[in-house]
Amino acid sequence: MLKRILFIAATMVLTVGAAQADLSDNMVKIGVLNDQASLYADLGGQGSVVAARMAAEDFGASKKGIKVEIVAADHQNKADVGSNIARQWYDVDKVDMIVDVPNSGVALAVNQLTRDKGKAFIAVGPATADLTGKACSPNTVHWAYDTWMLANGTGRAIVQTGGDTWFFLTSDYAFGHALERDTEAVVLKNGGKVLGKVRHPINTQDFSSFLLQAQSSKAKVIGLANAGGDTINSIKQAAEFGIVKGGQSLAGLLVFLSDVHSLGLDKAQGLIFTETFYWDLNDQTRAFSKRFAALHNGRMPTMVQAGVYAGVLHYLKAVEALKSDDGTKVIAKMKELPTDDPAFGKGRIRQDGRKIHPAYLFEVKKPSESKYPWDYYKVRATIPAEQAFRPEKDGECPLVK
Amino acid sequence: MDTIFGVPIQALFGQLLIGLINGSFYALLSLGLAVIFGLLNIINFTHGAQYMMGAFCAYFLSTKLGIGYWWSLLLAPIAIGAIGIVIERLMLSRLYQLDHLYGLLLTFGLALIIQGSFTHEYGTSGIPYPMPSELSGGQNLGFMFLPNYRAWVIVASLVICVATWFVIEKTKLGSYLRAATENPALVQAFGINVPRMITLTYGFGVALAAFAGVMAAPIYQVNPLMGVNLIIVVFAVVVIGGMGSIMGSIVTGFGLGVIEGLTKVFYPEASNTVIFVIMAIVLMWRPAGLFGQR
Repeated sequence: MLKRILFIAATMVLTVGAAQADLSDNMVKIGVLNDQASLYADLGGQGSVVAARMAAEDFGASKKGIKVEIVAADHQNKADVGSNIARQWYDVDKVDMIVDVPNSGVALAVNQLTRDKGKAFIAVGPATADLTGKACSPNTVHWAYDTWMLANGTGRAIVQTGGDTWFFLTSDYAFGHALERDTEAVVLKNGGKVLGKVRHPINTQDFSSFLLQAQSSKAKVIGLANAGGDTINSIKQAAEFGIVKGGQSLAGLLVFLSDVHSLGLDKAQGLIFTETFYWDLNDQTRAFSKRFAALHNGRMPTMVQAGVYAGVLHYLKAVEALKSDDGTKVIAKMKELPTDDPAFGKGRIRQDGRKIHPAYLFEVKKPSESKYPWDYYKVRATIPAEQAFRPEKDGECPLVK
Repeated sequence: MDTIFGVPIQALFGQLLIGLINGSFYALLSLGLAVIFGLLNIINFTHGAQYMMGAFCAYFLSTKLGIGYWWSLLLAPIAIGAIGIVIERLMLSRLYQLDHLYGLLLTFGLALIIQGSFTHEYGTSGIPYPMPSELSGGQNLGFMFLPNYRAWVIVASLVICVATWFVIEKTKLGSYLRAATENPALVQAFGINVPRMITLTYGFGVALAAFAGVMAAPIYQVNPLMGVNLIIVVFAVVVIGGMGSIMGSIVTGFGLGVIEGLTKVFYPEASNTVIFVIMAIVLMWRPAGLFGQR
């Protein structure tokens, strides 16, 4: 029915620097496209816009005489809305690069569009590993995380500690399907069994019916292949239905800091999951995160927001090195240059577009263990960069020869 | 003979019960909408926002003043109902002479403003609200584990729904109200203050939404978007039941909760569309809705 059409164009011209002849229309224009008002807004949303601006400032665009403009829009988790915005940005508004785009469905559409237009796409929010697999593109870099990494980080750890029968609660679109598929493969490979699955529509309020089905399956582990608000509601209602007390355990396959913050430690304690960024990992991440929080209502950055920062920073370095903002060339340059940023440390981007860095198996602290605001995670294991992501040869990406 | 269409009977009972619980929320909310539409002819699009404000009010009462769930159940509807009365006096009352569309636009705009401000302040992930300790835990019914709180939701909403129906359909006050909608001038001629009655009715409808919001707070997160997600479904419930029919909205609320619950078992992917499919079918067959007279 009547649906708000929110088109926030938060525009900021950072500098009016000396025009560079090789840049299209004399500036680098970056579009942050994500969910700004619904279930994924807290994990990316306006925070991603803040992160992109920080990256442009830290890069020192003005001092280097490069003019950077950042625009933002809400794709409402709809692939058609998302591709329309992207098309208008590329064709009319002269946007050079799109960043973030949580929601794998929208991201796959933007991925194809970006390739057709020869622009650049830095995917941070979406999870599907297909972006660097079957759907890989010379115009896309996938930052932060993906479904293969989540499945292998969390799934393997749980199966190996005895959680060998699974029931999946899956968000019914590209992301949930990919996450379920990748986790199921890990479970089976490690000798576990999948007893059943149920697929729920994205942005569901009440999970009781699905949880009851999961409960009666008698599976030891209930794998939550969903994200954002859906994960929060599943975990909260699982506690209500006595699922954990009844001996089953929950595996949050994709959990963000914003979800844990919203649930509170007494509901979230003991959850185990994999992420590649946590604000309190080391001095660099702490310094970066505190600067971010000061600009964003005191909220610490999520893995996605940190990824947007790092992705934009590396993109601008490649533009500077190349003295051009031609999408295909910049992405190639990004793969050539080693990456280095305060959020993820040193890393590199593979031929298939996958940015690799270490991943961490986290456990949510008990309320008694939390000493200061946002003190939520402890590190259970560190997965080295080369093992955290799917081996390049297994991805069926045509770019890898 | 212990399965129906491949689903164990026991599991089916569980799902029916869950459907009833969700139906309680639909019934409570659509009841408020039906009262407001039936008696004021206003399509109250702010209802979802008022439901959300009820939940937030409970949250503020608990964090700022240390007032627990039970008092919130009383105080939040009064507070939000009072805000509703202010809205009615200042804005809605100026639109009664105009087309329905104006009321709809006003309330829709208000809903956007309220939700936008809460989202700006509190984000979209929601805030936890503790369950009252008396109702935590649950009973093992053999075929399912029923959380005590959910049982309370069914009972409370049934009581409120039946009481509201009784007051409007069976008491003298209710008959004044119904008469005032039919012919306000005549009722006023009998010495009854019609505008005040209408204002209080709107306040009551809003209070029902806030009550549902407090009931929902411990189950769902207290979330600025909790109303947006629900309001469209609730409108469909009201349309199916027949705009303005009190009994219609109660019966359809519970009934559609059950149907939605069963869909989640047999074809979960369709669970958020099934209500609209039913709405389309009902409107083709009975444009006035199942219980509607006009």
